[in-house]
Amino acid sequence: MTVQELPGAAAYRPTPPPAWKPLTDPAPLLPDPEPYRVLGTDAVADVDPELLLRLYTELVRGRRYNAQATALTKQGRLAVYPSSTGQEACEIAAALVLEERDWLFPSYRDTLAAVARGLDPVEALTLLRGDRHTGYDPREHRIAPLCTPLATQLPHAVGLAHAARLKGDDVVALAMVGDGGTSEGDFHEALNFAAVWRAPVVFLVQNNGFAISVPLAKQTAAPSLAHKAVGYGMPGRLVDGNDAAAVHQVLGEAVARARSGGGPTLVEAVTYRMDAHTNADDATRYRVDSEVEAWRAHDPIRLLERELTGRGLLGDDGIEEARVAAERMAAALRERMNADPVLDPMDLFAHVYVEQTTQLREQAARLRVELEAEQGRHGHNDLEEGR
Amino acid sequence: MTTAAAPAGERTAKAKPATMAQALGRALRDSMAEDPTVHVLGEDVGTLGGVFRITDGLAKEFGEDRCTDTPLAEAGILGTAVGMAMYGLRPVVEMQFDAFAYPAFEQLISHVAKMRNRTAGAMPLPITVRVPYGGGIGGVEHHSDSSEAYYIATPGLHVVTPATVEDAYGLLRASIASDDPVVFLEPKRLYWSKADWSPEAPVAVEPIGRAVVRRPGRSATLITYGPSLPVCMEAAEAAVEEGWDLEVVDLRSLVPFDDETVAASVRRTGRAVVVHESSGFGGPGGEIAARVTERCFHHLEAPVLRVSGFDIPYPPPMQERHHLPGVDRVLDAVARLQWEAES
Repeated sequence: MTVQELPGAAAYRPTPPPAWKPLTDPAPLLPDPEPYRVLGTDAVADVDPELLLRLYTELVRGRRYNAQATALTKQGRLAVYPSSTGQEACEIAAALVLEERDWLFPSYRDTLAAVARGLDPVEALTLLRGDRHTGYDPREHRIAPLCTPLATQLPHAVGLAHAARLKGDDVVALAMVGDGGTSEGDFHEALNFAAVWRAPVVFLVQNNGFAISVPLAKQTAAPSLAHKAVGYGMPGRLVDGNDAAAVHQVLGEAVARARSGGGPTLVEAVTYRMDAHTNADDATRYRVDSEVEAWRAHDPIRLLERELTGRGLLGDDGIEEARVAAERMAAALRERMNADPVLDPMDLFAHVYVEQTTQLREQAARLRVELEAEQGRHGHNDLEEGR
Repeated sequence: MTTAAAPAGERTAKAKPATMAQALGRALRDSMAEDPTVHVLGEDVGTLGGVFRITDGLAKEFGEDRCTDTPLAEAGILGTAVGMAMYGLRPVVEMQFDAFAYPAFEQLISHVAKMRNRTAGAMPLPITVRVPYGGGIGGVEHHSDSSEAYYIATPGLHVVTPATVEDAYGLLRASIASDDPVVFLEPKRLYWSKADWSPEAPVAVEPIGRAVVRRPGRSATLITYGPSLPVCMEAAEAAVEEGWDLEVVDLRSLVPFDDETVAASVRRTGRAVVVHESSGFGGPGGEIAARVTERCFHHLEAPVLRVSGFDIPYPPPMQERHHLPGVDRVLDAVARLQWEAES
């Protein structure tokens, strides 16, 4: 029986709900409809020419690094290499915008950002060569291990930034993820935690068009990936990912905002992956040449080169100088990568726990016996002897 | 004020009846008081004090930055704890119920368990993951799982489970102090078990990885842990009438596994039954039985038997008593230890 059917009841007037208001005003969080650009616009006049030249040199070096690393896969020196050619502006800006005390949380494609931050080019490749998972001490460079599972490093960045703030350090964490990674649960949870805690984190999504073979339209129905920010209560910024000056500026503002206690920002850099997903992938199965060619006209190095040469800041000598420096880096990388790494198999048991368990000690003893037998020495079985 | 645990044997306060839940809470409190890098985080751990009240009073005493109510997201809770540990903190996270921890498995397995190894020892992660586990409390679906098999199959994690009030305190203190990540399984049906206990007069805290003989005996060994310990103790008392003098070994730690204590016991008794309430197939009992057989084959008078929960999803609460191994099922197994080879 409904209220209306009650005999003699007055017309039912529901009690109004308690006053409701949004927790956050959504308007300032929304990204602009077009990706922000600097090169080729009036905004470029405000950019320090030294910064533009620095970005140029690093971009040229980065592209050469990608080419060299890809070549190393063909020689069998690397198990795999996910090239970031075409995305160098995002990689380099991410590295250059951070202070020494800040932390970078790269994904598996972000070797270039780690190298631009000062990591040894060989140490950055040990994961992909297959000798060690992380060839460097994360604390030394404040670079988290290159992360292979998608988006799982994002909550780490939030936790680290949160911990730094609790300790009173003005440290910012910059976490990098691809367009595919934004579909993962950890992306959502990281952004949510960051916004609730107002953690000093910047999330950089490199939207390079494809998650291996799946295009963005099959990845999300959102207006843009930057629009996702508003749902978490943080600003979303859309930037031309091939415009190094624009990416540097947008990330710089986001980092400054985080450092001053303003909380996290989600930056979507719209870019394009010129190479296949990795050397093992065949991109012709899922994209057409005309699309690749259209992006080639918007190449991040060409954009910067045109700006610098047009203003007389860069001449043929400067271009040649950057090329030669990149070539030197590649030659040194090639030479060092052509040396076989020396590995100690007993290290397999060294870093599982602080102290080896008895089970691991037994297994280590077993391996030692096998190694001694392999080396043709007179092997005796430690395990049997111990019984 | 810091309330440091007094050295073993130095009894400064009279022991009173305390529950395991109180001992766990006290362990958290004492760890936080001694070490400012210890942080507690999880869903409902702050104002509410946790659904089992284990974290009661911590937010009030140490502030919300040290005992933090997080958004409801287990992967996020553990994932942010990873980052906090990377920056030098010592997070203790609470997974509200056993089956609620599953969304955090990727963080646990791909990062928590492996970070030390991935970074060749450069980046230890001293995280304690508290998981209330097991059945017997009348919980509805997803509130009674025994997930220890998943954890022990993951190298890089310590897996610890207390069965007594003293161990609840001592092992949690040791877990929080450990530089390795620890999955700390709390047998929730023992939360309200009591013992005469005082934190000012604690029992000696054993390092993680040592089993203990809870009841000496000569005719067979019951190997057990967590919620099944009281069952085994009761079975051992009941078995006396049948002429069985059972030894009961409480593992306390599944990883590392104390082969020595277990094998020494079985060599003395010649017979063994492994008892736990999680499923048998692929469960810890299979691993334990195999280890015992490998080490004690010539001492065994009968095959190592297992008494476990059935290989079924955890049943609805009105049926759980049929699933959980009780005293009778343990005694049946003991009877089967009078084994004769089939011809």
